Amino acid sequence: MEQLLQQLINGISLGSIYALIALGYTMVYGIIGLINFAHGDIYMVGAYVGFALTTFLGLGFLPALIISMLVCSILGILIEKIAYKPIRNSTRIAALITAISVSLFLQYTMMYFVKPDTRTFPTVLKSKILTFFDGKVILDVKNIYIVAVTIILMIGLQYIVHRTKIGKAIRAVSLDKDAAELMGIDVNKTISYTFAMGSALAGAAGVLVGVYYNTINPLMGAGPGLKAFVAAVLGGIGVIPGAAFGGFFLGMIETVVTAYGGSIFKDALSFGILILVLLVRPNGLLGKTVKEKV
Amino acid sequence: MKKISKKNIIAFLALSLTYLLGLVLIDKGIIDSYLQLNITLIGINIILAVGLNLITGFTGQFSLGHAAFMSIGAYTSAVVTAKLGQPFIVAILVSGVVAAVAGILIGIPTLRLKGDYLAIATLGFGEIVRILILNTDAVGGAIGFNDIPQYTNWTWIFTMTVVTIILVKNFINSYHGRACKSIREDEIAAEAMGVNTTYYKVLAFAIGAFFAGIAGSLYANYFYFIKPDSFGFMKSIDILVIVVFGGMGSIAGSIVGAIALSVISLFLQTIPELRMIIYALILFFIMVYRPTGIMGRDQIKLFKKEVKTNASIESK
Amino acid sequence: MKKNILLVLSLVFTLSLLAGCTTKGTSNSLESDTIKVGVNYELSGSVATYGQNLAAGVELAVEEINKNGGVLGKQIELIKVDNKSEDTESANVATRLVTRNNVVLLLGAATSGNTKAASPVAMQNKVPMISASATADDVTIDSNGKVREYIFKTCFSDSFQGVMMAEFALKDLGFKNAAILGDSTSDYAKGLSTAFKETFTSQGGTVLAEEAYQAKDTDFRAVLTSLKSKNPDVLFIPGYYEEVGLIVRQARELGLNVPILGGDGYESPKFTEIAGEGVLNNVYYSSHYSSMDDSAEVVKFNESFKTKYSKEADAFNALGYDLGYFAKDAIERAGEADTEKIKDAIASTKDFKGVTGSVTIDENHNPVKSVTIIEMKDGVPTFLKKLDPK
Repeated sequence: MEQLLQQLINGISLGSIYALIALGYTMVYGIIGLINFAHGDIYMVGAYVGFALTTFLGLGFLPALIISMLVCSILGILIEKIAYKPIRNSTRIAALITAISVSLFLQYTMMYFVKPDTRTFPTVLKSKILTFFDGKVILDVKNIYIVAVTIILMIGLQYIVHRTKIGKAIRAVSLDKDAAELMGIDVNKTISYTFAMGSALAGAAGVLVGVYYNTINPLMGAGPGLKAFVAAVLGGIGVIPGAAFGGFFLGMIETVVTAYGGSIFKDALSFGILILVLLVRPNGLLGKTVKEKV
Repeated sequence: MKKISKKNIIAFLALSLTYLLGLVLIDKGIIDSYLQLNITLIGINIILAVGLNLITGFTGQFSLGHAAFMSIGAYTSAVVTAKLGQPFIVAILVSGVVAAVAGILIGIPTLRLKGDYLAIATLGFGEIVRILILNTDAVGGAIGFNDIPQYTNWTWIFTMTVVTIILVKNFINSYHGRACKSIREDEIAAEAMGVNTTYYKVLAFAIGAFFAGIAGSLYANYFYFIKPDSFGFMKSIDILVIVVFGGMGSIAGSIVGAIALSVISLFLQTIPELRMIIYALILFFIMVYRPTGIMGRDQIKLFKKEVKTNASIESK
Repeated sequence: MKKNILLVLSLVFTLSLLAGCTTKGTSNSLESDTIKVGVNYELSGSVATYGQNLAAGVELAVEEINKNGGVLGKQIELIKVDNKSEDTESANVATRLVTRNNVVLLLGAATSGNTKAASPVAMQNKVPMISASATADDVTIDSNGKVREYIFKTCFSDSFQGVMMAEFALKDLGFKNAAILGDSTSDYAKGLSTAFKETFTSQGGTVLAEEAYQAKDTDFRAVLTSLKSKNPDVLFIPGYYEEVGLIVRQARELGLNVPILGGDGYESPKFTEIAGEGVLNNVYYSSHYSSMDDSAEVVKFNESFKTKYSKEADAFNALGYDLGYFAKDAIERAGEADTEKIKDAIASTKDFKGVTGSVTIDENHNPVKSVTIIEMKDGVPTFLKKLDPK
C-alpha cells in the first residue's frame, strides 16, 4: 500500500514533465500537421538558458523560469520562420526530415559551444522532505513545485486557447487554414503564436527538469522528446487535454512497469502500448475520430 | 528470361565489365581496404535505401523503423554463420526470410494506419526490436555479438546490390508494382478499382524488409562485430534521409543518395565538432530548395543519358 | 530545373574530390620527420563525452612529449578522426588511419564496442592498437580464447572489477544480500554486473533483484522504490557517474540508505556535484586513479590539465593522458617507428608509471594494475584500500 502510494507520487512527477513537453508537440501538430522533432531540443535549450541564468546571473527559480520561457518562445518563432515556413507546402516526409535537421542542428550547435559534458544546476529550490506512514512514503517539496507549475501552465494554456482571441484564431487555423484566412485571420501570425506557446512550455519543462534532476547535457532532449511525443500520440495528437492526459498516463505506465520488476523492458512496453492504442484507437485515447475524406 | 532484348544484353555486359574491373583493381591494390570498406558500406546503404524506397517512395507508406529489419537480418546472419557454422548463402537467405516474416507480422496490423500514425507505429516497433535484442543475452545483449566470420567481399556486395536493384525494378514495373503505385497516388481510388490494398501494402513491406535483412547479413559478415545501438532510431532516419535525399520513387536516386551521403560523411570525419552541424545544414537546404531530392521524379529524362546501367529504372 | 540538378551533381562531385584529396595517402611515416599516431575516438554522437575527454588527455600528453623533444628525435603527430560513436564509423576511421595516413599505432576507441569494431582492421593490417577504456574482456581475447595479437588495453577488465567488488561486499563489508541496478545499454555495466553476480552468488551471497535503467535516464525513483521494498543489504550499481550521481541522490531522498558499490565509472569530480552536497556517503567504488591522490605525478597532471583546459580532470582525461605516455614509452623502447617492433614493445611493457597507476602488460594483453577501493565520505573520495591482482 505504502509502496503503491510512493510509486503514485513518482509517476505523477515524471508524468508532469512528459505532459509539459507533449503539449508543445500537440499544439504544433494540431496547427500545421508537422511532427516537430526539434521540440525536445528546444526543451534542452530551455534547460541551458535556465542554467546560465541561475549559475552566472544568480537568478532565482521564478525569474529563470520566465526568462527561459521567453527565450524559448523566440527561438520557436525563429525556427518556424526560418525552417518550417518554406516547407509548409512540401510533402510530409520532406517536412519531417527538415524537422530532424533542425533537431540535429540545435543539438550539435549547443554541443559545439558548451561541450558534451554534463552540467549541474545550482540548488535554486531547497529540497524539503515530507514523510508519511512512518517514513515509508516520501514526498519532496520539489515534487509539489513541479506538479504545481505544470498544472498552472496547463490551465493558462487552456484559458488562452479557449477564452482569448488568439486562442480562437489558433483553433480556427487548425480546423481549416484556408477558411481561416478568408475570414480575415492572419495565419502566419497565428502559427507564430502557436510555436511561441509550445516552445515556452518546452522551455519551462527544461528549467523544471534542471531544477528537479540537477543535470543537463546537450543531448538530453532526444529521449524525453521521443517519450513526450509518444505521450502526445497516446492522448490523441492535436488535442490539448489529450497531451496532458497522455503525459501523466505514460509516466504512470513506466512507473507501474518498473514497480513490478519490468525496468528492463520499460521502454519497450511503453512503445508496445503506443502501438496497441494506435491500432484500437488510431486517433489516441482522447482524440476524435475523423471520417476519411475522398 | 524469354525476352532478351538488346538493352538487356548491353546492361548485362556493362555490369559484368564493372564487376571484372572491380576485381582487377582490388587485385592490383588500387582499391585498397579503405575504399573497399566504403564501397561495401555504399552497397549496403543502396540495398537498404532501395528497399525502403519501395515501401515509402513507391507504395507511399511512411516507415521509420527500417533499421529494425536490418538488425533482425544482421543478428540472424550472425547466429547462422558464427553459431551454427552454415555457409554464407544460407545465412543471407535465412536473414532475408526472417526479416520478411517480421515485416509481415508487423505489417498486417500496423499498415491499417495511415501517414504519420504509421510512421509512429513503425518507430515504436523499431525501438521495441532494439530493446529486445539489447536484453537478449544469448546474442550478447548490450555487449554485442563479436567474432562473426567475414564473408562479405566485392563479389557478394556487387551481386546482392545488383540483384536487389533488378528485382525491385522489375517488381515496380510489373502489374504488382503498378498496384503499389496506385496506392501511393490514391488509396481509396485504388481500392475502388479493385486493388487489394492491404495485400499490396504488406507485400511491399515484406519485400523491403527482406532486402533490409540481406543488407543486415552483409553488414554483420563484413564488420565482424554488431551491437544493438547500431540499429537505433537514428539509423532508420539515416536510411530515410538517403531515400529522400536521392528522390522518393526513384531507384537511381537511392543509388546516388547512398553514394553522395557516404562521401559527405567521409569528408566530415576530420571536423568532428562541426560534423553534425554541417550535415544538418545540408539536409535542411536540400529539403528547402529541392524537396523532391536530387533525382526527383521530373528529372528522370536527364538522368537517362548519364547513367548507363540503371537507365531504364523509372517508368512513367 | 535542369540547372538545379547539375548544380547538385557538381556539388556532389566537388565534395567527393575534396574527400579524395583529404584522404590521399601521404608519404610513409618511416621517411617523414614525424611519427604518426592515429586517434580514433567518439568525438560526436551519443558517447562524445568519453571520446572527447580521452582525446583531450592524449593531446595534453603528446603536447608535453613534443615540447620535451619528442620521441626518438622525432615529433609525434596525432591524426585525430571522429567515429561518431558508431561501430561502422570506427572501423572506417581505423582503416583510413592505417591505409591512408600510414599511422604506426592506433589509439582508441573509447567504448568496448567501437574498439571491437576497429580491431579487425588493426589485425589485418598488422598495426598495434591500444585502448585506454575498452574494459570488455573480449577486446583482447577472441571467442576461441586466443589473444588478439595487435590489440592491447591499459584499463581493467570488466570481470576483474566485478569480482573485486563482489569479494569486497562479501568479505570486507560482510553482506549477504545484494541487489543490482545496471545500465542496460552499456556493455561496461553489463560486464560488471555479470562478473559481480557470478562471484557473489558462488561465494554464498544472494542477489535479490536485478533491475536496469538506460543511459541518459534521469528519473530512477520508480525502480529505487521497488528495490527498497526488497530490503537489500547493499546495492551494486555499475555505470557512469552521470546517472549514478542522480541514482545515489534519489535513493537517499527515498530513504534507501544501504551502501552503494560501483566501478571506475564513478571517478569524476562531477560525481559529487551531480549527487549534491553531503549526499555521497557509504559509497564505495573500485578505481585506478583519484584526483585526490597527492603523489607528485598526479598533482602535476592535474595542474597542467587545468591550465590547458580550465577544468578539473576526470578519469577519462587521466586515462587518455597515460595512454599518450604509454604510447611514447612503447615507441621509445621499439627503437624505431615500426609497427611490429612497437607491438612487441607494448607486449613487453613492465611497470610503466602513469597517473592512473603502474601498468605491466600480461600475456593476455591486459594490464596488471592494482585496484584502489575508494570510499566517498561526504562527497570526498577517500582512499580505503589497495588490492593487488592475483
